[in-house]
Amino acid sequence: MNPGSQMPGSHDRSLAADLPRLALLSVLGLLFLMPYIWMVSVSLKPLDEVWRASMSLIPETFAIERNYGRVFREVPIGRYLLNGAIVCFGILVFQLAFALPAGYAMAKLNFRGRETLFAFVMLGLLIPAHVPAIPLYIAFAQTGILNTYAALIAPSTISVFAIFMFRQFFRAMPDELIHAARMDGLGEWSIVWRIIVPNAWPAATAFAIFSVVAHWNDLFWPLIAVSGKGELATPALGVIYFRTEEAGDDFGALMAAATITTIPLVAAFLLAQRRFIEGITMTGLKG
Amino acid sequence: MSDVALPASLATAPAKERAGHGEALAAWLLTLPAIVAFVLMLLIPTLAVVAIAFTDYELGAPALRYVGLANFAELMEDRGFVTSFRNTAFFVAVTTPVSIVGGLMLALLIEGGTRGRAFFRAVFFLPVVSLMVAMATAFQYMFHPTIGPVNAALRALGIVGPNWLGSSDSVMWTLAIIGVWEQVGFNMVLFLAGLTAISRDLYAAAEVDGVRSAWSRFWTVTWPLLGPTSLFVLTITMIRSLRVFDIVATLTQGGPNKASEVLLYTMYTEGFTFFRMGYSAAITVVFLLAVVVLMLLQTRVLDRRVHYG
Repeated sequence: MNPGSQMPGSHDRSLAADLPRLALLSVLGLLFLMPYIWMVSVSLKPLDEVWRASMSLIPETFAIERNYGRVFREVPIGRYLLNGAIVCFGILVFQLAFALPAGYAMAKLNFRGRETLFAFVMLGLLIPAHVPAIPLYIAFAQTGILNTYAALIAPSTISVFAIFMFRQFFRAMPDELIHAARMDGLGEWSIVWRIIVPNAWPAATAFAIFSVVAHWNDLFWPLIAVSGKGELATPALGVIYFRTEEAGDDFGALMAAATITTIPLVAAFLLAQRRFIEGITMTGLKG
Repeated sequence: MSDVALPASLATAPAKERAGHGEALAAWLLTLPAIVAFVLMLLIPTLAVVAIAFTDYELGAPALRYVGLANFAELMEDRGFVTSFRNTAFFVAVTTPVSIVGGLMLALLIEGGTRGRAFFRAVFFLPVVSLMVAMATAFQYMFHPTIGPVNAALRALGIVGPNWLGSSDSVMWTLAIIGVWEQVGFNMVLFLAGLTAISRDLYAAAEVDGVRSAWSRFWTVTWPLLGPTSLFVLTITMIRSLRVFDIVATLTQGGPNKASEVLLYTMYTEGFTFFRMGYSAAITVVFLLAVVVLMLLQTRVLDRRVHYG
């Protein structure tokens, strides 16, 4: 992004010449932000103003306490957010614990069966997470672990994508590092702990962002694994519960709930934009 | 793929043998947790879903029977499923080109100058990190036929807006608009990465060769060199669109009158509302086949047409 890397004609452009581009981007940007703007605006409005269908974004009277208060009184929204954090963290820990060593072994260690394992990884990349849902549900129902954190976490503990990504990452790592460690008499385990794990941070961070965004926002599996008006609802499920059970057409309260559940990730994104964009696109392969 | 590096081959034979054994053992121990989780959570369930698709299994039923292709035959006859399949195809067919062209245009606009790059990139990327269920409820308000700002704006222009999500004529279009909003920023960022990878020398060379206008610069340099990126974006976008579920589950539940049923939502209701597991598994198999076909399309057919892969 240095100034020298522009297309010809675009660098050193004066503000006046750049104005049409900025104007177009601003209009499009504003259009894009409309759902957020209205979401926050309506979450501040009293019911009668919402139903008057006014185009005014600023409420005449603020109903913050009413709308947000209703959310906090009627659903354990804090609990939902906590559940989201617990589930995302649980999933991430297992994904890293499983995929990081496997990725390293498949990149740097010689053993029979390595190519077969990699073929399975490639095969696994073809399978969307929705596909194993029915058998997993049946198995979980029969073992009685539906409606538990385990049910929310277990199916996502294996990410073939993470294995694939760590394998690519470790392949780019110089072999000398590992050989030098072996020469120094380090065992395979110490190599993993003292050389590989500390060096894997860039890939692990990128994957962590991708994983947390995916699972915080996931609706499909929580909808299946958790039933009733459970205490185990994730943020996505919480919004659905609140709408169907409590809020209905009370858009003010509904938008308050939507705002509360959207804020954590959006705030994290705004604080670490570059990392988020890199993480999600680098790992975007999984779609 | 030979990762046997030099220092190892310089070691004496017995030592190498010993190291090789230890290495293989370590490799299996390091991959074992992943293998177990893979087999339990992905491999067996995926094979099982294919098997269940050939049975009449219903949750809670005492027994199940092998029914061959009966579930798939029923799918063909089932008007609900045919609608669902058609709606999904429509959603993919609308959101894919619009969010790809839109993503590319946004990327070119952002890359076209130095001002406000990070800002606008963040604005358009925001939907990717937003809780879709929450944003869907915001769209529900915006597209509300009487109190929604979209129709209010149209009224101000003297136009009677449609009942966006409530009418079977417009519901899939409305969902497609939301789908584009959700995906375009992601594609934009992929194109931005593709654009920065194009060597500046090529633009300079093209200018020397008489390529002057931005328009011809795009078609002679940018577009051909974006080939691999575009191909990747195309497949990713189609697969992401194929998986549309959240907005349907939140906003329409397949309605009105099944007008917005899509594959995953039909699969969900058949399996987890009606507990017709065999039938739902058959839908899952159709979904899986569609995804695999798209993936193969990328590697087999389209790859040959892209010159700079």
